[in-house]
Amino acid sequence: MSKKSIVFRGGTVINPDGNVVADVRVSQGVIDAVGPSLDGDTVIDITGSYVSSGFVDLHTHLREPGKEEAETIETGSRAAARGGYTAVVAMPNTDPAQDSVMVVRFVRERGEAAGLCEVVPSGCITMGRNGTQLAPYESLAKEGVRIFTDDGNGVQDPLLMRRALEYAAPLGVTLAQHCEVSRLTEGAVMHEGACCSSMGVPGWPSIAEELMLHRDIELVRLTGAPMHFLHLSTAGSVELVRRAKADGLPVTAEVTPHHLALNDELLRGFNPLFKVNPPLRTIADIDALKTGLLDGTIDAVATDHAPHASHTKEQPLDAAPPGMLGLETALAVVNTAVNADPRRIVEVMSWSPARIAGINDRHGRPIAVGEPANIAVWDTTSVWTVSRDELASRSKNTPYHGMEVRGKVHHTMFRGQLVVQEGKALK
Amino acid sequence: MKHLLSTHSLSVDDIVGILDVADHMTEINSRSVAKVPALRGKTVASVFFEDSTRTRLSFESAAKRLSADTMTFSASSSSVNKGESLRDTIETLSAMGVDAFVVRHKSSGAPQAITQWTNASIINAGDGWHQHPTQALLDAYTITRSFGTKDSLKGRSIAIVGDIKHSRVARSDIDVFTRLGAQVVLVAPPTLLPHDIATWGVTTCGSIDEVVGSVDVLYMLRMQFERMDSGVIPGLGEYTARFALTPTRAAKLSPHALVMHPGPMNRGIEMVVDPSDLPGSRILQQVTNGVSVRMAVLFTILGSGATATLQQGVDA
Repeated sequence: MSKKSIVFRGGTVINPDGNVVADVRVSQGVIDAVGPSLDGDTVIDITGSYVSSGFVDLHTHLREPGKEEAETIETGSRAAARGGYTAVVAMPNTDPAQDSVMVVRFVRERGEAAGLCEVVPSGCITMGRNGTQLAPYESLAKEGVRIFTDDGNGVQDPLLMRRALEYAAPLGVTLAQHCEVSRLTEGAVMHEGACCSSMGVPGWPSIAEELMLHRDIELVRLTGAPMHFLHLSTAGSVELVRRAKADGLPVTAEVTPHHLALNDELLRGFNPLFKVNPPLRTIADIDALKTGLLDGTIDAVATDHAPHASHTKEQPLDAAPPGMLGLETALAVVNTAVNADPRRIVEVMSWSPARIAGINDRHGRPIAVGEPANIAVWDTTSVWTVSRDELASRSKNTPYHGMEVRGKVHHTMFRGQLVVQEGKALK
Repeated sequence: MKHLLSTHSLSVDDIVGILDVADHMTEINSRSVAKVPALRGKTVASVFFEDSTRTRLSFESAAKRLSADTMTFSASSSSVNKGESLRDTIETLSAMGVDAFVVRHKSSGAPQAITQWTNASIINAGDGWHQHPTQALLDAYTITRSFGTKDSLKGRSIAIVGDIKHSRVARSDIDVFTRLGAQVVLVAPPTLLPHDIATWGVTTCGSIDEVVGSVDVLYMLRMQFERMDSGVIPGLGEYTARFALTPTRAAKLSPHALVMHPGPMNRGIEMVVDPSDLPGSRILQQVTNGVSVRMAVLFTILGSGATATLQQGVDA
């Protein structure tokens, strides 16, 4: 670990107790001074930018093991670092799935080897994400797994879901649901609405998400076990979570940048880059999601970064797999789409997701002396144009190519080491 | 016009123009040598990723009567079965020199996707539940020419009966018929109507009996058997009872009313009556007109644009 110190000079520090213009000095992996006029071995002028705890993504598909042609843990980590992330929760829909100690260790170790951010493996709710047999939560919890999900699939069986919650509750872990009643989405391609109706493609109705969400909220009420809801996409879902929270239930929820920024009309040209699961919905849904994000109903922004090799997206809309890149554009897309103050951005992109992921002993911390130096430096004013050719991800399936966005990540520091400087990955 | 992907990309003037060209084609088709050199040297490839006989043959005979060279590709006998991607298939055929692809695909939007991978023109011959633009054009041609109201369907009421939701024919017909001024009523159970139908500018009703006595055109759609397996309708018996054209119902049709069907018909299901017993049936006329209209589309896309060139015959 480098003994040389680095100073971020002149930025605005965002902390839970307030914002302050101050220099931040990092040495030996920790923040060793915060205050005016600090000196160090390397000084980086960040006047006009914010300095906050690094972002934490609750929802990243790194594709390794199994689909390394789309992404690897290393390339995905690099994309994360460029997005200001110092930790990502790796979704378990790998091949093999993350339902065993062996695979979970593999993912964590590959993340450590890449050394660009902390790769935090999630575990499956059911073996092989097949929805029939519970995964070994306790063994995986001992490996540090705190989030369990069958993401990509919702757990259809209500009995199994109830038992999963009951079994997991005393282990201090959180189950995260991909809410989708699969019988209602067979063959579904995009949001069921006026757009899909005239395009003649099978619709993915909002009720398919809301029914499972409603069921699970009631299971949380019954069992008392905490639950996290992945990628809310409908106005009805926001309202269900709002009521559950008002009832004092231990539920949390996330929304993706794309569900805040993009709507189903974009699919009119049958472009598979806009196909995602859950699907892009309507302006009314977007408005409800934004309101939910700002009023605290939704706790976190999570990317659902889902790389796909080009040839798999070069298919008719119904045959192409769902999913889009998100890590490198998340801050800009959220900042462009939502009128959020910077402190709320840090709250939903760092503090809250770190807590939900159970890694808030080292991520989502205050910028204060003695804290681990997981830091992002960014602004909300730089205007830039997204180019798929400049992304660090191995895949190019961004829906934002050519789009002008506002807000940029300049530097990312992971465990005291500068991994991204001026937007460029240093390793 | 570079492509014909959807009726939505056609203006009313475009539609009327194509139907006018189709009149020239009908005249050509009535000649003893029904062939003109208008598209000599052009290559038209029909690439059918989904079974179809009548549409493919209709396009091929249209191309041949205009003296285009034709190539045929059907998925069942091709390298698609060896896992070749749609992009590679199109790029490969394109490399052989193709001026227009006539594409049928089970996926909505596939013809649009194909436009990225070739410089040739793309003519949609039916994609998923989305569009079948030449069917709508030939249907509009059949109705306008039957009523002698050239280019307009103003004041006409047209009932489309059957599985609207899964029908590319319905989506294309509704768009063309309404923009030409017709009142369209959809006759189907709610499970066979598209979501958000209220935004389509049409009315709906739940039984053929409500409309059969008053419409100018009764357009019957093919009922697809597999829909029953998915629980969309209770069974064929109930469907036939509510939505089939029976002799009793046919007797209630106005004397001038037309009966149409895009084929292939299910006799005994949606067509309990024998169409040859119906004076208003235009079902075979639709097939005949299909060749003229597809000639008009090919000529509009690939030809010189000057219909005067159609006067020239080909030496017998």
